[in-house]
Amino acid sequence: MSKKILPLVIGAAMGVAATTAAGATTLEDVKAKGFIQCGVSQGLPGFSNPDAQGNWTGLDVDLCRAMAAAVFGDATAVKYTPLSAKERFTALQSGEVDVLSRNTTWTMSRDTQLGLNFAGVNYYDGQGFMVRKDLGVTSALELSGASVCTNTGTTTELNVADYFRANNMPYEIVAFEKADEVVAAYDAGRCDVYTTDASGLYAQRLKLQNPGDHMVLPEIISKEPLGPVVRQGDDEWFNIAKWTLNAMLNAEELGVSSENVDEMKSSDNPSVKRLLGVEGAFGEAIGLSNDWAYNIVKSVGNYEESFNANVGPDTPLGISRGVNALWNDGGFMYAPPIR
Amino acid sequence: MEQDSAGAPARASLLNDPKARGLFYQVVLVVALVLFGYFIVSNTIHNLEQQNIASGWGFLENTAGFGTNQSLVSYSETSSYGRAIYVGFLNTLLVAGVGIFFATLIGFIIGIARLSNNWVISRLAYCYVELVRNIPLLLQIFFWYFAVLRSIPGKRDKWSLFDTVHLNIGGLRLPKPIWEPGSEFIGIALILGIVASFFVSRWARKRQEATGQQFPVFWTGVGLVLGLPIITYLVTGMPMTLEHPNFVETGPILRQGFELNVGINVIPEFLALTAALSIYTASFIAEIVRAGIQAVSHGQTEAAHALGLRNGPTLRLVVIPQAMRVIIPPLTSQYLNLTKNSSLAVAIAYPDLVSMGGTVLNQTGQAIEIIGIWMAVYLSLSLLTSAFMNWYNQRMALVER
Repeated sequence: MSKKILPLVIGAAMGVAATTAAGATTLEDVKAKGFIQCGVSQGLPGFSNPDAQGNWTGLDVDLCRAMAAAVFGDATAVKYTPLSAKERFTALQSGEVDVLSRNTTWTMSRDTQLGLNFAGVNYYDGQGFMVRKDLGVTSALELSGASVCTNTGTTTELNVADYFRANNMPYEIVAFEKADEVVAAYDAGRCDVYTTDASGLYAQRLKLQNPGDHMVLPEIISKEPLGPVVRQGDDEWFNIAKWTLNAMLNAEELGVSSENVDEMKSSDNPSVKRLLGVEGAFGEAIGLSNDWAYNIVKSVGNYEESFNANVGPDTPLGISRGVNALWNDGGFMYAPPIR
Repeated sequence: MEQDSAGAPARASLLNDPKARGLFYQVVLVVALVLFGYFIVSNTIHNLEQQNIASGWGFLENTAGFGTNQSLVSYSETSSYGRAIYVGFLNTLLVAGVGIFFATLIGFIIGIARLSNNWVISRLAYCYVELVRNIPLLLQIFFWYFAVLRSIPGKRDKWSLFDTVHLNIGGLRLPKPIWEPGSEFIGIALILGIVASFFVSRWARKRQEATGQQFPVFWTGVGLVLGLPIITYLVTGMPMTLEHPNFVETGPILRQGFELNVGINVIPEFLALTAALSIYTASFIAEIVRAGIQAVSHGQTEAAHALGLRNGPTLRLVVIPQAMRVIIPPLTSQYLNLTKNSSLAVAIAYPDLVSMGGTVLNQTGQAIEIIGIWMAVYLSLSLLTSAFMNWYNQRMALVER
């Protein structure tokens, strides 16, 4: 692990000097090399997970693909760097990746002290607990004295400490570097409880020997707004990340999907026209071509399509939209308009 | 050379003078290194500022907010980041110290067994060395950890030895001594016992040199080191009690099993890491010991045998002391390796320096500072180990009279 971070830091010290000295923006860099370097998790089904051929899929991956579609008109112009929770920020700071789309929680300290900008929220999550059904526990408040497995270097570790302390319950924390080892240790019975973001619990449960023997407790003990992150100080690239996400949300709201996007180009709805670049020059305003959003929707789809394909009720994860529904559908997803 | 300079002092132009040239290049090298260092530091600071990344050491005093499953000093979620790193540092020291002890023990046994005349024993030792040193350490750590986890009883079950030592997936549970007032005398008695047995052995050696009479030094030592504290314990009215781990068998399933924080719990992460580190390093130490013993001329053994010494004393009094001179320098490297390899702990949830520091790094984003601490700590540990071993090496070195 330290073997991995050290080059990153030396890279931060030296490599970044090269990029800033040359004065090239991230967009120019990305265009020059012909692809976006995207930091993803080391394997979280539904969010970013490689298949046997090494093709990455997931909700977080779709955001990188959408950015590539916006910049190049080609959703495959992405290369992925799997990062552990501990490595991710250093990798972004040092320029190793152009965007971090790795179920990363937006917190104030991360936003303000790390030289990073959060470009929005692509999944509203919260931390939960998973236990073996035969423990007979029905609430997290009964977990006094339990041993808890989790990942190091995450907000999870802090939330669980706060929760057990606030409820005056003793506990034993067992924190691993990689999610796979957490799953293995929990499966072997080292811990009574596995805690991480609820979406992660559903995803990791699929890796257990008998997923049916385990249940997720009802308590959600934290707010975990997950979203893409870019480096601070490059507003152009920040805008592209932000508006890529907004375009996917607006497309869903306007009923534009990858299937009907070509017909929608001739729609009379001015909002749709602005989104698809038929009217106005919103693409140029963020340094891209005017059909940027058309490319996103055409090759990746709108937010709903991405959600349903990766984590939705018909996938093994079976997550319902819940608070991740659009604002006019009872959820939190609310993208500023394109105008 | 001397003739040249003596014969023609006027010709020694500064440009051709090897001394001056050597000095010049060294000065140039040092200046270049300093400039390079200055460039790296100032460039880093500049870039950090430009990227709005906070820096400095102030974060060490902020509240850590995360817990840990092993700390040798008091630590809670409300302790500072600095304290968390200190906890990790002590855990690293502990696993390195215990690992070095066992690695040396196993290494010497295997190394000597490798040279045994008994074919089975020497083959077994050979297989051990070849098997263990050719498998990557990280795999061995995973093997020990997950083998331990999979094969021992679960949380609500246990294996017990004499009803005092228990093992289950939560760790190895031992009774914890509770020291009451008056117990400090036991510690004093222990120190007295050690000091006394040291003097007894010196006196016995002198007496043997003077008169040839032997004295049962070993058993006297055992008597002093163990006996004195035990007598003190009884005399002072037994001021120490044992707190036994409490195994709950009734109530809700989650409450069953060992209670938290009663007795001593050695976590399985520590057991697995110590086992992997000592067994792995021992395979290298065994080869070093074998090389050292084989470096001692066979004539020494024959001479000892000719004097009438049996195999055991020959090995202990003649061969090993001479072999140590060859063994110590490479042994030092193995100790350093073991200490540094303990950083692989992070893979199995043992809260060592790298694991705790890594968490702090992630919570604060202070990569440069944390990596600086890591490098400083491992460097000083290595330098201290090697300084100690060099001192020991000098003591053991052949003194020619």
